[in-house]
Amino acid sequence: MRASFKLDEIDCANCARELQDKLAALDGVEAASVNFITQKLTLEAADDAFDEVLERAIALIARVEPDCRVIR
Amino acid sequence: MNTKLKRRLRRIIAAIALFVAVMALDETGALRAVFGDTRGLYAAFALYLVPYLIAGYDVLIKAWRTVRRGDAFDENFLMAVATIGAFAMVAFPDSDPHMAEGAAVMLFYQVGELFQSYAVGKSRASIAAMMDIAPDRATVERDGRLVTIDPDDAVVGDILVIKPGERVALDGVVVQGTSRLDTAALTGESMPRSVEAGSDVVSGCINMTGVLRVRVAKPYGESTVSRILELVENASERKARTENFITSFARVYTPIVTFAALAIALVPPALGFGAWSDWILRGLTFLVVSCPCALVISVPLSFFGGIGGASRQGILVKGSNYLEALSRVDTVVFDKTGTLTSGTFGVVDIRPRDGIDGGRLLAAAAHAEAFSDHPIATSVKRAYLDEAADGAKRAIDQARIESAAEESGRGVKAVVDGHEILAGSDRLMSAHGIVCPDCQQAGTILHVAIDGAYAGYIVIADTVKDDAAQTIADLHAAGVKRCVMLTGDREKTARATALELGLDEYRAQLLPGDKVTQVERLLESARGALAFVGDGINDTPVLTRADVGIAMGAIGSDAAIEAADIVLMDDKPSAIVRAIRIARTTMRIVHQNIVFAIGAKAAILVLAALGIANMWLAVFGDVGVAVIAILNAMRALNCGAADKRP
Repeated sequence: MRASFKLDEIDCANCARELQDKLAALDGVEAASVNFITQKLTLEAADDAFDEVLERAIALIARVEPDCRVIR
Repeated sequence: MNTKLKRRLRRIIAAIALFVAVMALDETGALRAVFGDTRGLYAAFALYLVPYLIAGYDVLIKAWRTVRRGDAFDENFLMAVATIGAFAMVAFPDSDPHMAEGAAVMLFYQVGELFQSYAVGKSRASIAAMMDIAPDRATVERDGRLVTIDPDDAVVGDILVIKPGERVALDGVVVQGTSRLDTAALTGESMPRSVEAGSDVVSGCINMTGVLRVRVAKPYGESTVSRILELVENASERKARTENFITSFARVYTPIVTFAALAIALVPPALGFGAWSDWILRGLTFLVVSCPCALVISVPLSFFGGIGGASRQGILVKGSNYLEALSRVDTVVFDKTGTLTSGTFGVVDIRPRDGIDGGRLLAAAAHAEAFSDHPIATSVKRAYLDEAADGAKRAIDQARIESAAEESGRGVKAVVDGHEILAGSDRLMSAHGIVCPDCQQAGTILHVAIDGAYAGYIVIADTVKDDAAQTIADLHAAGVKRCVMLTGDREKTARATALELGLDEYRAQLLPGDKVTQVERLLESARGALAFVGDGINDTPVLTRADVGIAMGAIGSDAAIEAADIVLMDDKPSAIVRAIRIARTTMRIVHQNIVFAIGAKAAILVLAALGIANMWLAVFGDVGVAVIAILNAMRALNCGAADKRP
């Protein structure tokens, strides 16, 4: 499945790009996109593992971008 | 400006004020006079640290986090290293002190970052305003009462009540009321559309004059407005080559510059060329320019602006790759029906025989065909009603028709006002022993005879859209080399249309399957990109085969929105010209930004390596360039509006 979340906020375009690369490399993530302009995270993962993958993604974001919150 | 930004602004202003005060003390020699030469230097060092930390403590914290995480090359890290390095130059007694520069660079950087956040916030806001076509509530009738609900909660079959000034929340059909709808937000078309009971209405339009009761036909998630928003937001996922180039460039640029900085700082002085302090400073200056942010922001922002600007004009672009391809289009292939022509039949010519009035001929035909609902009869009747002088109500008076009968697929025979009228094909005429001329005209010919004498003929054909010829002319003016029409029509009809519209080529008598083959053949010979324009009905394979598939008149047509790369909400071909202009403007802005940002950075890198550029210039090379590139990118947002018809 695929879902989008608002990011509050990612304030550098290059950081958004790096974050996207890191999320895409995360275990279980089929596709990830971090849109700097719309401040949106789109995550794609298998249906049954989605929540788990999402948790991991949020943990990664908290580590890489401590000032950025994922709004669910 | 939000509170977060305001707080940052206040902090930076305080730091600047302190910095100026410290600088005044330092430069006037007051510190040295009080503390003596060496201790004066350390006093200045300590004092400069205050504004430095006030302005840049968050940068230092973020930099520390990056280091602990183990991934370098983050903007904050680079800036921290550069400024700390500048302060550390105090340890080299052979060079001038650089504390002022260190503090100033941090201040300047923060001012630039602030301005950058502000500019990005502004463009986000204008994008958000542009996307503000979604209604936030809907009024529905429930148990005879009006209730206001979230559009998401409305179900198919609900009756929406839309007052003048309100936005249509969901797609539906008018059950009661007449009004005019402003569709500008969806189609860019400024002429309001009249609706009455039975008309389809789409969400996102604004009701202008009367109260409408509308039966919901689609849930909110499938309504036009949601689909458009989804499409535009997802457009950033299909990236143009330019955009991918920037991403890969950014991946390699920072590490290369960082290692180059290291090499500059260490290699020449180790080999004995000049002082350590000088080369280290040059290396630090290098670091400041190493963030590719200007490019990473401005290129996608330009594309987003172009796509957003286009959507304001009723042109939905499904990705920046299509915008890029569209800007290179030199061949436009049209599927005739539904794009260049309206796909409905109409009277295109009336040719009475000498001595007979054209109006009388049309009136006779219209009355003879009064009871038929054949497409030819309908268009003759419509032409008769439309031809009436402005304001005059004209109707087909059935009392004047004494009898009317169809003659087995050849036409009709009727008695109107006591005159016997025959209207139909040449075979009908010859069956009644009337000689009719052999017409060479394209289209369907309706011959008319009155009281056994030939009276003339009426030509009925698929009517060409009003702006079709102008569109072809504009496309040629915009540098499109070939405009080709594909049609299933007979050679004669196709040639007439092609000539009338000024098309370069046409392919007639094509079966639906032939269109793909034709487009493939044209693709081989096209130098630039090839765009195919269809009405989205039955041409999915061709839409996907072309470099850019454009579907027209898509308002309410899901299949077209699905299949095409670019969707024109309107059914006016002139939107293609606008789309190409927007694409070109966007690409021009993108290229400007790439050349400017890479050029400015390269120039500053060279100057820094030569020891000519100081850190101030380097900070400009980082944030200054980014801000200018963002401002330039924001022009893309307006490139559609500049072109908008009054």
